[in-house]
Amino acid sequence: MSKKKVTAVIRRHEEIAEQIYDLWLETDLAASAHAGQFVAVYPKDGAMLLPRPISICEIDEKEGLLRLVYRVAGKGTASFSRMHAQDKLEILGILGNGFPIEKADGKSVFVMGGGIGIPPMLETVKALKKRAGAQNINAVLGYRSERFLQQDFSQYCLAYMATEDGSYGTKGNVMDVIRAHDLKADLIFACGPMPMLRAIKTYAAENGIEAYISLEERMACGVGACLGCVCKTTQTDAHSKVNNSRICTDGPVYPASFVNI
Amino acid sequence: MNTAVTIAGVRFKNPVMTASGTFGSGMEYSEFVDLNRLGAVVTKGVANVPWPGNDTPRVAETYGGMLNAIGLQNPGIDTFIERDLRFLKDFDTRVIVNVCGKSIEDYLEVVERLSDEPRVDLLEINVSCPNVKEGAIAFGQDPAALAKITKQIKAKAKQPVIMKLSPNVTDIALMAKTAEDAGADAISLINTITGMKIDIYRKKFALANKTGGLSGPCIKPVAVRMVYQAAHAVSIPVIGMGGIANAEDAIEFLMAGATAVAIGAMNFINPYTTVETAEGIERFMRQQKIEDVNSLIGCVS
Ligand SMILES: Cc1cc2nc3c(=O)[nH]c(=O)nc-3n(C[C@H](O)[C@H](O)[C@H](O)COP(=O)(O)OP(=O)(O)OC[C@H]3O[C@@H](n4cnc5c(N)ncnc54)[C@H](O)[C@@H]3O)c2cc1C
Ligand SMILES: Cc1cc2nc3c(=O)[nH]c(=O)nc-3n(C[C@H](O)[C@H](O)[C@H](O)COP(=O)(O)O)c2cc1C
Ligand code: FES
Repeated sequence: MSKKKVTAVIRRHEEIAEQIYDLWLETDLAASAHAGQFVAVYPKDGAMLLPRPISICEIDEKEGLLRLVYRVAGKGTASFSRMHAQDKLEILGILGNGFPIEKADGKSVFVMGGGIGIPPMLETVKALKKRAGAQNINAVLGYRSERFLQQDFSQYCLAYMATEDGSYGTKGNVMDVIRAHDLKADLIFACGPMPMLRAIKTYAAENGIEAYISLEERMACGVGACLGCVCKTTQTDAHSKVNNSRICTDGPVYPASFVNI
Repeated sequence: MNTAVTIAGVRFKNPVMTASGTFGSGMEYSEFVDLNRLGAVVTKGVANVPWPGNDTPRVAETYGGMLNAIGLQNPGIDTFIERDLRFLKDFDTRVIVNVCGKSIEDYLEVVERLSDEPRVDLLEINVSCPNVKEGAIAFGQDPAALAKITKQIKAKAKQPVIMKLSPNVTDIALMAKTAEDAGADAISLINTITGMKIDIYRKKFALANKTGGLSGPCIKPVAVRMVYQAAHAVSIPVIGMGGIANAEDAIEFLMAGATAVAIGAMNFINPYTTVETAEGIERFMRQQKIEDVNSLIGCVS
């Protein structure tokens, strides 16, 4: 489980939707990765010092590969997008806690992803299938307009979709999908923009459903040392002794009831 | 070849330390580096009670550096002693505990609690955090206040006292001399430089606190200059820091007059920076046929 900074080699790299890139990295870190964890990727330009946290989208343990799917959001991710197969990237990992897959045993599960929160849910679905403990798995994916990774999900489970512009599936967001299809679950795993996570937290509380959500915050160290990346918690955090938890280390996945979002 | 240095009668196996607040209490980075290879672990600022710190965003990247406004979040002295100090117990390195507070009484309470802790080799008093509104930095920007808190802490402290100075002053030599005259055993500098970043697309400050402390390679020339000025103003040892990324940078600080150096933000970029710097200093000494690291201290003047 120990963390390392390593040099990874790009195996494949392509644009799969507008400004969304699919990156396969060859690294021995793949052997210790779990769904919902992330790596931090270093830009090569020394002016940009801090590594960019990117979730693990898929793990290929046999080949020793990690798949990252990222959106070009600024200078750092733009610099990644210009790289090619065989190029090298420095990464720090494996970081964070990941989704508690074993909680799904005997349960019916929603795996929910919104926008660039969709990628980590793919390995989550794979891990759920592999463990074979869950009774039923439904993926609920929300897009702005253009879809990506939808075929990957369909290989493993039923994937319901929403688009904000109504160009495919339910018009609206992931909550609209649940209402439109009257879907039911007793456990939720989710990653996505804050309004979506807030809606899920409320929905889960109202319906007495257990929910685990993956949060984002600006990071510096990525390993729990700087206290830069905290979220507010509803109870005193075991490490910090205040109502703050380090997303990079004690997260990014939390029981929805534990975080104040 | 001798790499050991001495500060206030305490021997350090090499001059490389961690900068407070960037290395937790060593636990997190012990997955990456062997703490036994470090001159000292300097812990995150600790107060008498737990502090929640500032709202997020607390960090922002800037050109060749970063801003932070953590606001001295810490678990309080009780947890620090039970958990963090205990973790450091079996490592063969020096432990320097960084102390923060909102009032002199807060500082004194922590200093007293630590006085019976044999694992604590030195105290570093943070009077220079730019990110908390009460107390803290006020002590570091006004010579009279600095003299007062230094004297009171010296009167209570069992361990040697390092005063950590702020770069956000007009005359760093005056602040260094003030700390020395008030009884400080050593000084350390620089803490972060107050800065600001605006997100032009969102028309918002990058940090919730609006301002934050700048650190990383971009501040190094300012830090070297201040360490040089401070070292020439006092005869107590100076611990230099600010943007150190490798052995060359560290040696620059030694030559400017620092007895030891600390590595902060660069731990985030390369978690092995501390040990690589210690090794690099040895390599430099071998190459340059330097027998004693102490001969580098202040050799450029
Ligand atoms: C745990 C975690 C997992 C993530 N997983 C993914 C993923 O799988 N795919 C993906 O596309 N994005 C993901 N992100 C968001 C991604 O980290 C940012 O989009 C990226 O850092 C932007 O960097 P930039 O240099 O392009 O943008 P800039 O705006 O130029 O970055 C400036 C600084 O802000 C930081 N930053 C900017 N946006 C974010 C953000 N949303 N979250 C955290 N830091 C940010 C950068 O890391 C950098 O330090 C994740 C974030 C976190 C915290
Ligand atoms: C995230 C972060 C947290 C810090 N916390 C503290 C602190 O608790 N106490 C303190 O005296 N200095 C603190 N500092 C200042 C550093 O110890 C150091 O003085 C400064 O960052 C300059 O060194 P650097 O450029 O190598 O980072 C902090 C710096 C950073 C980046
Ligand atoms: S990024 Fe440093 S504690 Fe999380």
